[in-house]
Amino acid sequence: MSEVLRMELRKVLTTRMWWLLALLLLGYMAFLGAAMAFSLSGAEGGATLTGDSSAPPLAERDVALSAYTLAASLGYVFPLVVGALSMTGEFRHQTITATLLAEPRRTRVLLAKLAAGLAVGLVHGVAGTLGAVLGGAPVLALRDQPLFLGDGEVLTQLVFSVLALAVWAVIGVGLGTLLTNQVAAVVVILAFTQFVEPILRLGLTAVSALEDVAKLLPGAAAEAMVGSSLYSASGLLDLLPRAGGTAVLLGYAALFAVLGRVTTLRRDIS
Amino acid sequence: MTAVDGAGDAIPVEVHELTKSFGAVRAVDRLSFVARPGAVTGFLGPNGAGKTTTLRMLLGLVRPDHGTATIGGRRYAALERPTAVVGADLEAAAFHPGRTARDHLRVYAPRAGVDDRRCDEVLEQVGLADAAGRRVGGFSLGMRQRLGLATTLLGDPRVLVLDEPANGLDPEGIVWLRGFLRFLAGQGRTVLISSHVLGEVQATVDDVVIIAGGRLVHASPLGDLVALASRQVRVVTPDLAGLERLAAEHGWAATRTSDGMLLDDTTPAAVGAAAHTAHLELHGLAEEGASLEDVFLRLTARTEPAEPVRGGAA
Repeated sequence: MSEVLRMELRKVLTTRMWWLLALLLLGYMAFLGAAMAFSLSGAEGGATLTGDSSAPPLAERDVALSAYTLAASLGYVFPLVVGALSMTGEFRHQTITATLLAEPRRTRVLLAKLAAGLAVGLVHGVAGTLGAVLGGAPVLALRDQPLFLGDGEVLTQLVFSVLALAVWAVIGVGLGTLLTNQVAAVVVILAFTQFVEPILRLGLTAVSALEDVAKLLPGAAAEAMVGSSLYSASGLLDLLPRAGGTAVLLGYAALFAVLGRVTTLRRDIS
Repeated sequence: MTAVDGAGDAIPVEVHELTKSFGAVRAVDRLSFVARPGAVTGFLGPNGAGKTTTLRMLLGLVRPDHGTATIGGRRYAALERPTAVVGADLEAAAFHPGRTARDHLRVYAPRAGVDDRRCDEVLEQVGLADAAGRRVGGFSLGMRQRLGLATTLLGDPRVLVLDEPANGLDPEGIVWLRGFLRFLAGQGRTVLISSHVLGEVQATVDDVVIIAGGRLVHASPLGDLVALASRQVRVVTPDLAGLERLAAEHGWAATRTSDGMLLDDTTPAAVGAAAHTAHLELHGLAEEGASLEDVFLRLTARTEPAEPVRGGAA
């Protein structure tokens, strides 16, 4: 098994995609972190996410948290895509043949890819989380607000932000296994993360009977895993407890991987 | 380690009653043949004859409907370390374009049980040492073929399975490939190469397995196929009457040409000797007639293309 894992890790490390996207994620999150810290830490201290002046202002620590854990809310599409590409790229470049010649036991190939995806996801998790902190903290400092970088809860959330982004990469591997066409996989990922889930979350929350369903969406589960989010900090949405969110997010990863294994990955490779 | 995994073994490739249908089309139909160790076996047939499907079944990529394909008696997927037993190249263009040649090999090295040094070694062997650090995206088809071959050699396998290895090689490359495959077979390895052009591998192979429409139409040593080619000898002479007498004396079936004759079922040596004895002046003497390619075309044309399967379940 370790040989297969080494094969999969080398596949990642010998291409540029993983670090290019990680770098992009870091830069993007630094920008968003700064923008978020800036807008939430308004001089009057009364700025809110909704712009509704009647909503209570965020506590200083929540402002910091919202900025620092931004990657888990807005940057997860990066590890998700990188994970998916690790499988769809094999079909796109037809290297799946060479891979299955090296290891005909397809479950082992998938497990190795999931593990390699987790590793790359951790890199992305660090890049995204670090970016948000590097962008947000200086702005808070300029505004003479406390940074909370020694705060236990803040540090815990930062760690879980890294972990949540890593799980997103694993979900990506499963999704890519289920949907091996690269263009289709990327389109589905972009459509779901950028449009479908945000709309569903707001829509479902508006109907009280379906409010609990919204918590089970993958994006909401990831934010629950981190422990706070833009939405919840501002009181817009409820989240599951951390353990529940983690379980749901891992559940998505397992679901896609198993579905992909028993459908697409079972087929003849011709 | 099982016997099959040991280096130096003679490992035959055996295909038995192999059958595969795609929808209503029977791509491979009860195909049986053996590729023996120490020989280059040409697996031949027109495009769409079922060669690639057969090779993919042999390598565990496509599941057969019936029959077996084994390497030293075991299915590919049952091999402990497959790429150390079988080196296979099925897709000429199957590389990640962003990877260097060396990195491409390094990806598959762990499962073949070899280190980075071996990657450089096989690059050297196929003449790509200078391109080791270049990205495969900029490679010519010929270079890709060589890199594909290098990949198959990584684990020093006793069996080589190559799909259309001569595609995209320049004439110099084809000569090189021929020598290389002969060398590998000379070491007792089993070499199975497919091609849709007999002429391309004619000088390389010891045995031929010819299929058409998914079925076996001929399997023999190359020599037996050569015997199927009816030979003619072209004779050029200023003394046509003398040549006619000679042909009649020896019972050669003859066809007149403008400056001589075409004689059936004889050899240039026999005609030359007879002409010498009869003091017949010859200006030309050469073997001609049905080439191996003609025989190949005749064999493969005889069988109609893949026919629909009754019931058509897949």
